[in-house]
Amino acid sequence: MAAGNARTLGKLVVVTLGMFGFGFALVPFYYKICEVTGINSGAEQSLVKNTQVDSSRWVTLEFDANINEALPWRFKPLQRSLKVHPGQLVQVEYEVSNTSDQPIVGQAVPSYGPARAAAFFKKIECFCFTPQTLAAGESRRMPVLFVLDPSMDSEVHTVTLSYTFFGTGMKEQAADLRTGRPHG
Amino acid sequence: MSDAAHAHDDHGHGHPTGIMRWLTTTNHKDIGSLYLWFALIMLFVAGTMALLIRAELFQPGLQLTNPDFFNQLTTMHGLIMIFGVIMPAFSGFANWQVPLMLGAPDMAFPRMNNWAFWILPVAAFLLMVSFWLPGGAVAGGWTMYPPLFIQGGISYDLTILAVHIMGLSSIMGSINIITTILNMRAPGLTLMKMPLFVWTWLITAYLLIATMPVLAGAVTMLLTDRNFGTHFFNAAGGGDPVMFQHIFWFFAHPEVYILILPAFGIVSQVIPTFARKPLFGYASMVYATASIAILSFIVWAHHMFTVGMPAAAQLFFMFSTMLIAVPTGVKVFNWVATMWKGSMTFETPMLFAIAFVCLFTIGGFSGLVLAIAPVDIQLHDTYYVVAHFHYVLVSGALFSIFAGIYYWLPKWTGHMYNETLGKWHFWLSVIGMNIVFFPMHFLGLAGMPRRIPDYALQFTEFNQIATVGAFIFGFSQLIFLVVVLKTIKGGARASDQVWEGAQGLEWTLPSPAPYHTFETAPVVK
Repeated sequence: MAAGNARTLGKLVVVTLGMFGFGFALVPFYYKICEVTGINSGAEQSLVKNTQVDSSRWVTLEFDANINEALPWRFKPLQRSLKVHPGQLVQVEYEVSNTSDQPIVGQAVPSYGPARAAAFFKKIECFCFTPQTLAAGESRRMPVLFVLDPSMDSEVHTVTLSYTFFGTGMKEQAADLRTGRPHG
Repeated sequence: MSDAAHAHDDHGHGHPTGIMRWLTTTNHKDIGSLYLWFALIMLFVAGTMALLIRAELFQPGLQLTNPDFFNQLTTMHGLIMIFGVIMPAFSGFANWQVPLMLGAPDMAFPRMNNWAFWILPVAAFLLMVSFWLPGGAVAGGWTMYPPLFIQGGISYDLTILAVHIMGLSSIMGSINIITTILNMRAPGLTLMKMPLFVWTWLITAYLLIATMPVLAGAVTMLLTDRNFGTHFFNAAGGGDPVMFQHIFWFFAHPEVYILILPAFGIVSQVIPTFARKPLFGYASMVYATASIAILSFIVWAHHMFTVGMPAAAQLFFMFSTMLIAVPTGVKVFNWVATMWKGSMTFETPMLFAIAFVCLFTIGGFSGLVLAIAPVDIQLHDTYYVVAHFHYVLVSGALFSIFAGIYYWLPKWTGHMYNETLGKWHFWLSVIGMNIVFFPMHFLGLAGMPRRIPDYALQFTEFNQIATVGAFIFGFSQLIFLVVVLKTIKGGARASDQVWEGAQGLEWTLPSPAPYHTFETAPVVK
């Protein structure tokens, strides 16, 4: 009986040690499950990736830039068009230059075509959010960071983003820039 | 302890006497008594903490404790009641009864048995001493969740060490019990003829060796996160605190069945005795116990529906949890069917067993309510949960322990207990217990959070009722202490069979059971 008991003891000790190891094996197992199922991953939860990319369809983006005729600036997108998936984070750049000999404050106003796409065009960062001040002869590249909401109509295949720069007439601020005083 | 010694000190092997007898004993009956005394002492320690908690909650606002001490009380109450009362008490029953019920002379590894018990007081010391250390005892909840458990002071390290020791103790005990049951049964006693108490302990012991090491691993990770710069659960280092909850509940859901399966076993011995009928559906009882044990491994995440898991996972854990109600229902119906048309008498063990069946079922049903994921999200961490697990652990596990003590104490001591005092103990316990815990259902449904020392004014009346009940329940346990001490010292002589309807090998022995029994194995037909 003693030999039989020792054999049983041996088996049970192996089970015990195995389960102790299993406890630690749960750690990589847990991360693998999270990775495969795409849940509980810190990166996925951060702001920039917190959207569902709809890779089943493409949307063509067209970029357009206009200047109000009273503003002596040049303004153009650095890319004419782009194909993206809805939900994908996109960054594009525009270039703007002040061709006059004095600093001028301008602000861009966006519009969208078709108009119903406007609600789904989520801009995260845009130069149009704030007035832009350009010194005489200054040229600048400015980014737009945005996501097309995947819940956008699937019949919309092309979206045009169009900006128009207007002078704000904010002489005060431009004057600050000229004299080098810090903005108030 | 010397009182317990009195009952069976008529052995003539030149054993050490006094304290050394108990320190060095390898006798399963001695070790069984040690476990049971340890559990009783710890019951009063952790029960006192419960009364302090209830006293604080008698009124809204802070009266007796500050919030930090209150958290220490709830944490230690939980840890000690689980690891220091219920589990050692069941180990005590296993040590006394498994060899007697199998016709074995002792446990398979008597010396390991001694170690398994004597490291327990060390763990209890580590837990208790932390009350007097800087920062006080652990206050992070018995579930030991990070980040709280990787932020606390020295007492957290001591508690982790205590959990290691208590886990080691249960593993050694379980290995001993499994080996005894598999290898040392009397000739003719096949597995499917074993008393149900032995069956439930066999399955419990397997659960213990499968899950205790996982807990040991989890707290080891806590320990290395705290002291050795690992980041298993530390989000700042790329770890994940939610992962701890998964590992912990992978252990702790089987653990709650570890706390209840031996109770099923005890009740399955008591009810047939006092109904004077064989247990109804013996085989289905065995299979139901095994099914509960197997299912317990795939339901753990119902403890953490609120961590933000996908709906598919919530549905899986919700339905698998509800599935457990099926084998549990089989058991309840079998107990009722055993009583059906039986010649029932209502001695104290039977009263506790019947109360177990009724009140455990209430706890089971509130568990079913909590299994519903959308409901659980509302009730998570409210007093509804507190009501639920006290119905299954107090009127479930603890009442079955009382039933078992009253049932087997005459066999162990040779004396009948005082039936009048036993009935007083029963009625005060069952009434007090319901006064404490039933109002907690309403408090939880109304939204009172658990583990908070203060509460909104509208919860006052139900809390006052609960506190009154807690003091009735707590102080009536002193009657139990008196009954046990009186029975050990004297009382009417118990016959060998003790109970008219008692069946099984242990009742063929003289009362009190001699120090050495079944040195020649009996033959079971």
